[in-house]
Amino acid sequence: MAYDKFTLLRSSAVPMPIENVDTDQIIPARFLKATERTGFGDNLFRDWRYNTDGSPKKDFVLNNPIYSGNILVAGRNFGSGSSREHAAWALYDYGFRCVVSSFFADIFKNNSLNIGLLPVQVSPVFLDKIFTALEANPHSELEVNLPEQTLTLLATRESESFEITTYKKHNMTHGYDDIDYLQAMKADIQSFAAKSMY
Amino acid sequence: MSKTPATLFDRVWDSHVVRQIEDGPDVFFIDRHFIHEVTSPVAFLGLETRDLSVLFPEKTFATADHNTPTLNQHLPVQDLLSANQLKALEVNSAKYHISHWGLGNPKNGIVHVVGPENGITLPGMTIVCGDSHTSTHGAFGAIAFGIGTSEVEMVLSSQCIMQQKPKKMRIKVNGKPGKGITPKDVTLYGISKLTASGATGYFVEYAGEVFENMSMEGRMTVCNMSIEMGARGGMIAPDETTFAYLKGRDKAPKGEAWDKALAYWKTLKTDEGAFFDKEYAFDAADVEPMITYGTNPGMGMGITRHIPTSQVAGGSKASYEKSLDYMGFHEGESMLGKKVDYVFIGSCTNGRIEDFRDFASIVKGRKKAAHVTAWIVPGSHIVEQQIKEEGILDILTEAGFQLRQPGCSACLAMNDDKIPAGKYAVSTSNRNFEGRQGPGARTMLASPLVAAAAAVTGVVTDPRGLIAE
Ligand code: SF4
Repeated sequence: MAYDKFTLLRSSAVPMPIENVDTDQIIPARFLKATERTGFGDNLFRDWRYNTDGSPKKDFVLNNPIYSGNILVAGRNFGSGSSREHAAWALYDYGFRCVVSSFFADIFKNNSLNIGLLPVQVSPVFLDKIFTALEANPHSELEVNLPEQTLTLLATRESESFEITTYKKHNMTHGYDDIDYLQAMKADIQSFAAKSMY
Repeated sequence: MSKTPATLFDRVWDSHVVRQIEDGPDVFFIDRHFIHEVTSPVAFLGLETRDLSVLFPEKTFATADHNTPTLNQHLPVQDLLSANQLKALEVNSAKYHISHWGLGNPKNGIVHVVGPENGITLPGMTIVCGDSHTSTHGAFGAIAFGIGTSEVEMVLSSQCIMQQKPKKMRIKVNGKPGKGITPKDVTLYGISKLTASGATGYFVEYAGEVFENMSMEGRMTVCNMSIEMGARGGMIAPDETTFAYLKGRDKAPKGEAWDKALAYWKTLKTDEGAFFDKEYAFDAADVEPMITYGTNPGMGMGITRHIPTSQVAGGSKASYEKSLDYMGFHEGESMLGKKVDYVFIGSCTNGRIEDFRDFASIVKGRKKAAHVTAWIVPGSHIVEQQIKEEGILDILTEAGFQLRQPGCSACLAMNDDKIPAGKYAVSTSNRNFEGRQGPGARTMLASPLVAAAAAVTGVVTDPRGLIAE
């Protein structure tokens, strides 16, 4: 699935200082019934965001107009649990292009990279600084520089580098995905398969 | 020739790498691919958009499970969206010549139950599915893990995915488990020690006498829950127990092919002195019947213990309080005697025949507590059949329980089996996340024995007092 190329992102951010946010919270199972990939953003964090009667929960951060932007800043172990890629789709569809946390669950990280949502892992100390800055000033901006692999808190110019493989960085900055790569090496795969025991 | 000692995981992983990309993932070959109705439709749509076909349709197997009703499966599915997904699976499977065990097929059931019981899952394989509990198949000495929908599309179109080789962890459990200790307790105990993220970035090998002495069903329960401590998967070296389980299964090799496979399977172990990035060791004697009190599977404790304080539990205080608040529990409380509204036995964690035997062993001669709603859901039609043949159904009926039809059911509550808001459920499934079993549902994870004890007493009960001597 084609996605927007990612190079430099400068944006305010939405803070969610909760740990262990699992993919069942990001998108509850009952919204996984679609056979297409659109519209998941409406149900992003559904049960935290809305009351059962559909009215917005005032104290939930996505319903707080003070916060906005394409970056979600979340507590450690973000995206644990179910492998549903719908979680990454929902975040992307809602408008997020980057999630910052001090720790990500594996499958979520893979899924995100595959659809053009950048997971940026920072130190717990830096994560705290970002939360503090957003609390002090909800309009604080972050700058994600993918080619340089840095995340900068613009108010203080504090910066930290983050990891991503050369391969994935190349994909994200060009809007390519793994399927493009695999299609290009089909002959190798076929000869490998011919020798496989199963 | 002296070789560097390798782990079981290295052996299987390294033999499936088609290409290594410098500072990137490995192009990793997949032997078996399972698909179900929820995470596959968009992948098929992707194939169409790119005008690709399925490279090796014989290596993919489809079953309907996540969305299916557990009553009246012979009738058309009522929920239109669910019916739509089931139809999409059927149509896509037919179009691309993929084997499909839909609703009503005698082979139908939860993907991680039907794979092993039909001999599709074999030692030394690489297995993926768009479901995180694919780790279950690791019980056979396979590398098995969950993938996202983009990756489902990769496997369909190229039989490969791009994966970075994870780090290696070994968890050894030696000693003798006490009375009433099931594989589920061993795994919940391990997760409570490592936390819900303690194995993120790792692939786990389970070793030691507890796993060696465990049945295949038990090993599947353990490997199934690997993802609940963040691990991509877990595996156990195949041995005589594995081979005996597989022999004669529908799709397992036969005759000469069996002998050849067996010779290979016997090489699948970890060498003395092989390197692990992390190792843990536990003593089975320390494991009690377990129950969870919070909203992630790491928040578990021995059933006779008291809910720990946030300091003891670790992590952030705010998240801990949010979790207890959701559950309606308090620090320092005992769980014993807490009222239970629902009991769910089933799922790919505890929906196999052994689990129903355990459940029946406690229920036998007792009655279901009047206020408890119990959902008893076999993992497959084959399990359902066994339940009937072994007389377990009679015991259940006698005690006032009803047997439902196979599927994921209340494990993720995509169908009608939803625990109502605020209600307490003791569940043998794998996740106690907020809302996992229905919006507002409060889940306590436990073994089939603890579930049975709750079902007959109506409260959280130590099953050891109910086990016949
Ligand atoms: S039973 Fe639950 S965990 Fe297992 S495959 Fe179904 S939804 Fe996934």
